[in-house]
Amino acid sequence: MNEPDTASSLLDVRGLEVSFGRAKAVDGISFDVRRGETLGLVGESGCGKSTTALALMRLLRDVRLGGEARLDGVDLLDLDEDSMRARRGADIAMIFQDPGTALHPMIRVGDQIVETLNAHIKLSRDEAHRRAVDLLRQVGIAAPEERFFAYPHEMSGGMCQRAMIAIAMACSPRLLIADEPTTALDVTVQAQILDLLRELTGGLGMGVILITHDLGVVAGMTDRVAVMYAGVIVETAPTTALFANPAHPYTRGLLHSIPKLDGGWDEPVPTIPGSVQGAMELSGCRFVPRCPRASEACKAVPALREIAEEHFVACWNAP
Amino acid sequence: MLERPMSEILIKAAGVARHYRLSEHRTLRALDGVDLEIHRGATIGLVGESGSGKSTLGRTLVGLQKPTLGKVVFDGLDTASPDRAALAKLRRQRQIIFQDPSSALNPRMTIGDTIVEHLRVQGWTRADARARAAEMIEQAGLSAAFLSRYPHEISGGQRQRAVIARAISTDPAFIVADEPVSALDVSTRAQIMNLLRKLQADRGTTMLFISHDLSVVAHMCRDVAVMYLGRIVEIAPRAGLFETPRHPYTAALLSAIPLPDPVRERTRVRTVLKGETPDPAARPSGCSFHPRCPRASELCRTTDPKMRPIGDRQQVACHHPLD
Repeated sequence: MNEPDTASSLLDVRGLEVSFGRAKAVDGISFDVRRGETLGLVGESGCGKSTTALALMRLLRDVRLGGEARLDGVDLLDLDEDSMRARRGADIAMIFQDPGTALHPMIRVGDQIVETLNAHIKLSRDEAHRRAVDLLRQVGIAAPEERFFAYPHEMSGGMCQRAMIAIAMACSPRLLIADEPTTALDVTVQAQILDLLRELTGGLGMGVILITHDLGVVAGMTDRVAVMYAGVIVETAPTTALFANPAHPYTRGLLHSIPKLDGGWDEPVPTIPGSVQGAMELSGCRFVPRCPRASEACKAVPALREIAEEHFVACWNAP
Repeated sequence: MLERPMSEILIKAAGVARHYRLSEHRTLRALDGVDLEIHRGATIGLVGESGSGKSTLGRTLVGLQKPTLGKVVFDGLDTASPDRAALAKLRRQRQIIFQDPSSALNPRMTIGDTIVEHLRVQGWTRADARARAAEMIEQAGLSAAFLSRYPHEISGGQRQRAVIARAISTDPAFIVADEPVSALDVSTRAQIMNLLRKLQADRGTTMLFISHDLSVVAHMCRDVAVMYLGRIVEIAPRAGLFETPRHPYTAALLSAIPLPDPVRERTRVRTVLKGETPDPAARPSGCSFHPRCPRASELCRTTDPKMRPIGDRQQVACHHPLD
């Protein structure tokens, strides 16, 4: 983490800071995403996951950004608005949680794809139309020729999310950010959309940041995971290692407090006491008020340290 | 979870249907003939995807909606034609907890005033209602100091505790909990689940626990009913339902749940259903699950399967149930 292999990393984020007024929503986080890798960004609401995503997309207004985020060496935070606009959709694309509000309600779905294509690629009208229909087909929309002319309200939530994915994939971005892409969907539809994402991003060497609070989705979809708490990354590790040996007390708490499907039903569900505190109010480790292992050492901010290969944790008392 | 030995039926739905007329020729059947009995002190889980009618059933059981057909019997009382005294009792005795605690609380009222108002409507004096509010907020795991707070000043989990305090303040015999933990974060979710379990055990409240999350339901209820397009398609004790689901839809639901275990998650075989839940206003013929069902036969296209007993206390509405 401290010295990433920049040769293979697609996105390299160093000390990213996002402040709204005096509040630091994201407080100096560093991570990288490699080509062809899916990185899971997990944590509870308010921990800064979505703010991180929006900062990388440069979609936040009236905030102060700090640090750097290099996509293939180019610092996204340093680009002027025009150069950023040229990259958004082309090099870096995003899928949002609620497809119902992310799509324009009064523009036909097909035209929304065409719009993205036209913004970045020189295509004739017919060619753009054909590409859009192809994309709709690729994301598993039945009768794509007819669906091209549908408005978002004429489609189900799952269909709209497929259309959003088609828009995001239209220009084959190098980095895809999916922010809770299946949270608003039913579980059987979620399974379809996750399969689709896996299939589409798998062969392309695309880097993916998957933001989710659902540790089941993380387990099935990601190669590595970064766990966020109150604006900082508290642990990062390859997915299997994180689930097998969670080191940070917060990660452990999160994993234990998931209700199990296969037993222990009459036992109380383990909990993490309290709730997330505002980032401003605390000095030292932010998890202290909820932490079973808190000690004197926790008055100082813990930095990420490597405890196993590629497994980093920011905790003074982790094993 | 903790069932009492007595097996008296507290609430019963018999052939309950709820239709919405969309136009002259189109009727949406949100509920399409539901039979359900809940014994006193029991908690039944109700699972299904959006549009399956779970919330409509919950709202109908507490009397927020009237059934178009069929009837709801509560404690021996037909809820359709009660006299005034019976109506007051029915209101007091049946409560509902909603998914989103922010919209269930008046933003301009303190938590204390919200609970007091709820009791005043039931005829409590102001002084008694205040004392009761303080007692209830503590049972819900918050200190009495929270009574003077406004909803926006407290966290989502604390708001849900306030909503629960209000619901239990009239000592209801029956509570519908409609996705009570779905809007909450993982760590808060576990806290609220434990609170509901404790209240249920301490007070012996009968509950219908609605959730789209089967793992949450497993921790809250001994028996689980699965809904699809306005009907209950399977009902069984939780172990039976999870280990030997009989309805292909139940099996597909279970297999679609992502497990928080990368090793199992990567090796398991999934039954991914084709398509999505059909529009309840255009219900397929025969078994309404047949267009998505891997086991569908000609019979399923034409004939509606009736609910029938199968195995140990399990019931399923399917022509070709799984073994």
